[in-house]
Amino acid sequence: MKKEEGIFKILSQKPWEASQAVIDNDHDGKTFGISKAKLGVRTIMTVSTVIFSLFIVAYADRMLIHDWRSMPEPWLLWVNTAVLIMNSYFFHNVKISADQNNSKEIKRGLYTVGLLAYSFLIGQIIVWYQLLSLGYFAASNVANAFFYLFTALHGLHLLGGLYFWGRVTSKFLKGNYKLPSVQHAIELCAIYWHFLLFVWLVLFGLMLFT
Amino acid sequence: MSDEFEHKIETKADTIADAGSVTSGSTAGIDYVPAHERPDQELYHSHSWWTTYVFSQDAKYIGIQYALTAIGTGLIGLVLSWMMRLQLAFPGLGILEPSSYYQFITMHGMIMVIYLLTALFLGGFGNLLIPLMCGARDMAFPYVNMISYWAFLLAVIILLASFFVPGGPTGAGWTLYPPQAITSGTPGSSAGIVLMLISLCVFVAGFTMGGLNYIITMLQSRARGMTLMRLPLTCWGIFTATVLALLAFPALLVGCIMMTLDSLLGTSFFMPAMISMGEHLSYDGGSPLLFQHLFWFFGHPEVYIIALPAFGIISDLISVHARKNIFGYRMMVWAIVGIGALSFFVWAHHMYVSGMTPWFGYFFATTTLIIAVPTAIKVYNWVLTLWRGNIQLTLPMLFSLAFIVTFVNGGLTGIFLGNVTVDVPLSDTYFVVAHFHMVMGIAPILVVFGAIYHWFPLITGRMLNEGMGRIHFWITFLGSYAIYFPMHYQGFVGVPRRYFEIYDSPYIATSTLHLNVFITIAALIVGAAQLVFLFNLIYSARAGEKSEKNPWKANSLEWLTPEMPPGHGNFGKELPVVYRWAYDFNVPGADKDYIPQTVPPSEVRSAKVEKT
Amino acid sequence: MFPLIVAHIFVLIIVASVAFHFWSPWWWTPVASNWGGMDDTILLTFWVTGAVFIAVCLFMAYCIWRYRYQKDRKAEYKPEDKKLEFHLTWLTTLGVIVMLAPGLVVWHKYVTVPEDALNVEVVAYQWGWKYRLPGEDDILGKTEIKFISDENPFGLNLKDPNGKDDILVDSGDLHLQIDKPVKFLLRSIDVLHNFYVPQFRGKMDMVPGHVTYYWLTPIRTGDFEVLCAEFCGVGHYAMRGRVIVDDEKNYNQWLAQQITFEKMLAQNKIDNKSLKLVKNIE
Repeated sequence: MKKEEGIFKILSQKPWEASQAVIDNDHDGKTFGISKAKLGVRTIMTVSTVIFSLFIVAYADRMLIHDWRSMPEPWLLWVNTAVLIMNSYFFHNVKISADQNNSKEIKRGLYTVGLLAYSFLIGQIIVWYQLLSLGYFAASNVANAFFYLFTALHGLHLLGGLYFWGRVTSKFLKGNYKLPSVQHAIELCAIYWHFLLFVWLVLFGLMLFT
Repeated sequence: MSDEFEHKIETKADTIADAGSVTSGSTAGIDYVPAHERPDQELYHSHSWWTTYVFSQDAKYIGIQYALTAIGTGLIGLVLSWMMRLQLAFPGLGILEPSSYYQFITMHGMIMVIYLLTALFLGGFGNLLIPLMCGARDMAFPYVNMISYWAFLLAVIILLASFFVPGGPTGAGWTLYPPQAITSGTPGSSAGIVLMLISLCVFVAGFTMGGLNYIITMLQSRARGMTLMRLPLTCWGIFTATVLALLAFPALLVGCIMMTLDSLLGTSFFMPAMISMGEHLSYDGGSPLLFQHLFWFFGHPEVYIIALPAFGIISDLISVHARKNIFGYRMMVWAIVGIGALSFFVWAHHMYVSGMTPWFGYFFATTTLIIAVPTAIKVYNWVLTLWRGNIQLTLPMLFSLAFIVTFVNGGLTGIFLGNVTVDVPLSDTYFVVAHFHMVMGIAPILVVFGAIYHWFPLITGRMLNEGMGRIHFWITFLGSYAIYFPMHYQGFVGVPRRYFEIYDSPYIATSTLHLNVFITIAALIVGAAQLVFLFNLIYSARAGEKSEKNPWKANSLEWLTPEMPPGHGNFGKELPVVYRWAYDFNVPGADKDYIPQTVPPSEVRSAKVEKT
Repeated sequence: MFPLIVAHIFVLIIVASVAFHFWSPWWWTPVASNWGGMDDTILLTFWVTGAVFIAVCLFMAYCIWRYRYQKDRKAEYKPEDKKLEFHLTWLTTLGVIVMLAPGLVVWHKYVTVPEDALNVEVVAYQWGWKYRLPGEDDILGKTEIKFISDENPFGLNLKDPNGKDDILVDSGDLHLQIDKPVKFLLRSIDVLHNFYVPQFRGKMDMVPGHVTYYWLTPIRTGDFEVLCAEFCGVGHYAMRGRVIVDDEKNYNQWLAQQITFEKMLAQNKIDNKSLKLVKNIE
């Protein structure tokens, strides 16, 4: 792996000087020693973090206004949270089995992960139905609206992750893959899943304590 | 992101094997470093007309698709501005209804800022130039890049569809402030605004896919020897602007999503208890100021999302056509990065009189005026590049000179509006309109023109016609100056903006309204001059003078491809190897007045570089 | 030849701009409030920035002509000049401070309301203005948007005794007394508006759900137009009103003619029934 230079060090280079040119000619044209895909996932996670942070700021700002009435958290939400934690845990296991090239374990792991993710989403939809049947509509109070908004956005992110999970799973099942590429894909999916768990815990915690 | 699974792991072969061949002290010993192919570069080889030209995954074509779509949309924005100007100059003729006037200003603003300039600089020039300037075969994720364009096109179609829905497009002003954006006193407050919000969401999603490509290509797919500090400033401008966009567009997205819900589901994110048309609405407690904060947290970086690529491009144009290295390259990079970082701390200068806590005024006035310092440094460095240069008054250079005048003018009036006290009497007057048109309307557009005249041969292999170009230049530059310079004085008088008609106000002299006639005539002429430009584009693309390779004798990699226009994969059999920065013009001792980036030191006769 | 022409045109642009400034009949209206300081900060900024604009553009025009392309000319090769860049940086910083500091001082005055200022509430609606002044108790009664009805167009809380003697100007002009500081309490019942009198210089948006403010002291009598300076829908451009600055005698005369909230209620014949209605809402 190549050595990465600090941003300030890079910015103070004088590219026109002969002594710098000698060093620069050796440069392989990459700034970070990670794959493009990994950098891509990190960028996406950064953008998502900004989106969720702004929603949280909006939530905090809006909460201070007198008409705010907090919403109850149905017990099913705790179950869903547990499912998502398990989901993340199993994804970690898939990654380990992928690193060990244990194809049986990879296959089983990918199925488990997908199943858990879909049950989380179904669980979230059931929570919606429960709350709606109790009369907690989005229009009736803005706290409700934030709840639906957060869960929907988080669910959409998960669906996006499931698309990539579907691609890697189908590729794996068809058998025409190169191992490093699948390992790498599973690693990236796992990172993304941990990120989604983290986002959910923050959002759930926020709604729980306010 | 769909390509991450095609990704092939970097191999050890990636790392440079023969670092030992570098001899220290002399630049002569480092010739002929082998080129550096990227095993993970995916290149889609198309086999049909459809996948070559329509569903293209080649960044060059995507760039052109972006540019043509953006310019086409921009022309609609131009026609809208004509209608508005006619209404303002000749209110008696009854050219527009008040509602259509407000719809036109809204669509004009949004089209020009987002769908023309943002899309053109990042989607258009970004796609065209990034892989070429960095020495890459294509963008990092070509498939995602293609989707980005189609999302942009979809956003444009949704936006334009709002002209045909009941109630017409939204007339809320391009800032889309709630509550008026979605209440019945504003035109297009039902279907129009929802389409606008959806279109913006699609745009942001599409842009994020494109932006991912721009920054990852620039960070990870450069040619061997291309360090970040050897990149042309165009790349720095686009790179920083893309980072800003990826961090700022989420704020727009968040605002749009919440306002869509307020409008469709009746939630009260932004909507307070209020009365509309004599009826109490069911909203309660929402905060209109929250939207304004979100909007400007996006909106101010947005100014720099447009300005920074323009800064970068203009630096390169000036340097190439003045045959001189850009003065203070490092300072220019620092200024771009510094302006980018500061731009997230100035947003509330758009809100001095919005009713937010007045204490914010001190903070934001200070940060805003601090940002004037790096901006001023950029201007100094541009003119200092001209100083002791060897200035060729080509069309790109003429546009660059015009840009400097316009940008300095518009930038300085920004100091008026950024200084909180001065902003109080001037805000919401024509001074503001004149300021932002000068600084982020005309100035970037002049850069766009300069860039098109400069890079047209790269796209078509032909030069744009010089005579038509000069006519286009003088009318555009002098005409737009004549539009916006006097407009500042209307602002001093206190003529408020967004007024459909300024009938006999006792404090406004009648002559101020006559000035409107003058401005409108200038606007019509400038607009018509763009027809010359469009004709020139079409004519020169078919029958223009054939361009030689590297017609401007520039140093950067986009001109150094084996074929011009560059073919599939950009660089033929072998990727270029970079030995120097992009600004080696008139190096003492060299036999030519330029040394392209790929020329190894041994081929330059005794070139000496001063130490600074 | 061409460089010479281009350089001349650029010089001409500067000359024309300066000439336009001096011969332009378009300048601000004479100030009618204590905010002359705002005009001064504009002027200061104007001269500083104007000098920079002229200097940069003239220097550029000079370069166009002096360093025009010649085949045998060698451009200077100088990647950077730290000293020059450093001097330019601090000089710019100095200029910025010169413009910013007075601005912040005036802003501080603008947001610090004197204690003896008379509270005047301005209520904006689509598309017009209403005003409310405190009665003899010098206190404005509480209001809420949900109380607004045909009988109670200002939305005063009927339970608040302070509101009874409030003076309401439902339609008509606002009068102010010369040399007496006023604090405008700005309220909107629908969308965003902005209470703007060009001669007063001051501005502030009105935001539904909030009360915003600014203050001023009228310094000359006269008849001034009120405009809305925040886009508020299709009638924005027609949202005009009038403010008249009187001397003490005329002001008191005008004040005596206005009706109080109590009288207005009586006029509107509000009976117990609607009072009950209000109670129900609460």
